Amino acid sequence: MSILVNKDTRLLVQGITGREGLFHTKQMLAYKTNVVAGVTPGKGGEWVEDKVPVFDTAKAAVESTGANCAIIYVPAKFAPDAMYESADAGIPLIVCISDWVPAQDMMKVRQYLDQRNVKLIGPNCPGLLTPGEAKVGIIPGHIAKPGNVGLVSRSGTLTYEVVAALTANGMGQSTCVGIGGDPIKGLNYIDILAMFEADPQTEKVVMIGEIGGNDEEKAAEFIATKMTKKVVAFIAGQTAPPGKRMGHAGAIIEGGSGSAEDKIKALEAAGVRVAKHPEEIPSLFN
Amino acid sequence: MKLHEYQSKHLFAQHGVPIPKGRVATSAQEARDICIELGGRAVIKSQVLVGGRGKAGGIKLAKSPQEAEDLAAQILAMNIKGLPVRKVLVDEAADIKKEIYLGITNDRAARRPVIICSAEGGVEIEEVAKVNPDAIIRQHIDPIMGLRDYEIRNIALSVNLPREHWKAFGQILGGLYQTYVDTDATLAEINPLVINGAGQLVALDGKIVLDDNALFRHPDLAEMRDPDEEAPQEIEARKYGLSYVNLGGEIGCLVNGAGLAMGTMDIVKHFGGSPANFLDIGGGAGADKVAAALKIIMSEPKLKAILINIFGGITRCDEVAKGIITAMKEVGVSVPMVVRLVGTNEEEGRRILADANLITAASLAEAAQKAVAAARN
Repeated sequence: MSILVNKDTRLLVQGITGREGLFHTKQMLAYKTNVVAGVTPGKGGEWVEDKVPVFDTAKAAVESTGANCAIIYVPAKFAPDAMYESADAGIPLIVCISDWVPAQDMMKVRQYLDQRNVKLIGPNCPGLLTPGEAKVGIIPGHIAKPGNVGLVSRSGTLTYEVVAALTANGMGQSTCVGIGGDPIKGLNYIDILAMFEADPQTEKVVMIGEIGGNDEEKAAEFIATKMTKKVVAFIAGQTAPPGKRMGHAGAIIEGGSGSAEDKIKALEAAGVRVAKHPEEIPSLFN
Repeated sequence: MKLHEYQSKHLFAQHGVPIPKGRVATSAQEARDICIELGGRAVIKSQVLVGGRGKAGGIKLAKSPQEAEDLAAQILAMNIKGLPVRKVLVDEAADIKKEIYLGITNDRAARRPVIICSAEGGVEIEEVAKVNPDAIIRQHIDPIMGLRDYEIRNIALSVNLPREHWKAFGQILGGLYQTYVDTDATLAEINPLVINGAGQLVALDGKIVLDDNALFRHPDLAEMRDPDEEAPQEIEARKYGLSYVNLGGEIGCLVNGAGLAMGTMDIVKHFGGSPANFLDIGGGAGADKVAAALKIIMSEPKLKAILINIFGGITRCDEVAKGIITAMKEVGVSVPMVVRLVGTNEEEGRRILADANLITAASLAEAAQKAVAAARN
């Protein structure tokens, strides 16, 4: 079953003719993702790979192709506008790969999308991968395989590391979800965990967290009270010093809160086994 | 990015917030001159990007121009929590009747700006939060609608601000909020906002932290960056679009991806080593970026080994390999280097590195263990 995206997803790529957009659209097409349209203002009428029609607007793209999911590969300064545009065009699920989006922009975007019941994944994320069905983002397809492990993470390449380890141990994935490394973002751990709990294909869950904020602590509470499926975790940043942004805008220990230690404590108290390093994760399910 | 008190106050003043008369001095003589301008009495305030300046002796009242000169000389020679004092703000001294804390920050859990106000101003707000949490008022603001007048009145009422001060308070809170929005701040704070003997409200201190993600649209603010805030390697790293944090240990780390970079540091520690740094080369880094990253790591004083961990999706292992070879030629790598390349073009990457004097590893755990062992020898 999987969550959020599958072979029936009709994907619109915003920024399809840009450097990132074009490269990743080719990869998504190669994975047999159902990419039905692209948007680059001014390039309406063109085609990508002779397969995907390009439109000037998201509205025209949706009207013509029935796209029901959008992925955004535009630079940070254009990303909020792209999210508003897709939401207004009636797209119910938006995945924003772009990094460096200002926090105050994201506060407004998230509120706007919430008011219209539009779900957002990201920004600053690798997107979604339902192995064998849909690659909506930049998670390498060849490291994953279909299975019953749901995965949710704030990281990019650390996620790939864990997916590869699971696959190598014969543990395929239902859907891999990268929620991104920013402090103000779309769907969070609890939202995704609830979806995995309700998904018949998912039998167990891997959660990858990092320093900053208290989303992992809130997730721990949710796991303890609302989940029956087994969850294991890894939290990155045990060696991170306080007060320093560790790459991701959201990865910062501030005012005494957001440390890896606190998150690990909260998760273990909720019955979640926490790995000492990423490659240990598959063994934690034994 | 943090701004100094004098920079923050200047921005507040531009938005209609009353601040004390005064200006910045870089010498004791200048401080004396400003003190004379201000009528012979002034507060000498060190300008460094850390909290606790007062406790460290970096904020002093001068009751004469001579005292201003002496205190400024003292303070300008200080090093507060590792930062040299290069400037002092010489401000008119205030007759303080009441101190209020007023700040706006991003509440990430609520995904909204939050205004924090307390009638217990002038002290560490975190202390008040612990000891007397009811004394702190929090008001979330609708990010699309912005701050509304009735919300300002609510806050004034919640801190029992006397009616005669509401208008001035409204102007100040409105100005503070506008500053926060106009500069794309993650924090804009006045602590303390005082009511003085003449019944006026004045911002005695100011602090602004800017959202790094938004600096691209504030080139004028980006120019205000204090180079003392960061280690030289961090400044160098930013030039190349690298994320770098100094940790002072022995094993340098070069990784693609922030989460993986943190995970790599953690696993080095797990196997008994001490990471020298956090370094994320980002996605799709070319050979010259990798070479620059290696050179920065090579400048770490305690370096005993280097661990390169690449899991390439959009990043190509052959590009990383080329960067390693370039750096080895240009700088000369004098410590053992463990390289683990997985992902896009990994075969080509390994081929390029085959003749170089490197230790290879297949898994992350293996790479970390080898790096720790290499650092010990």
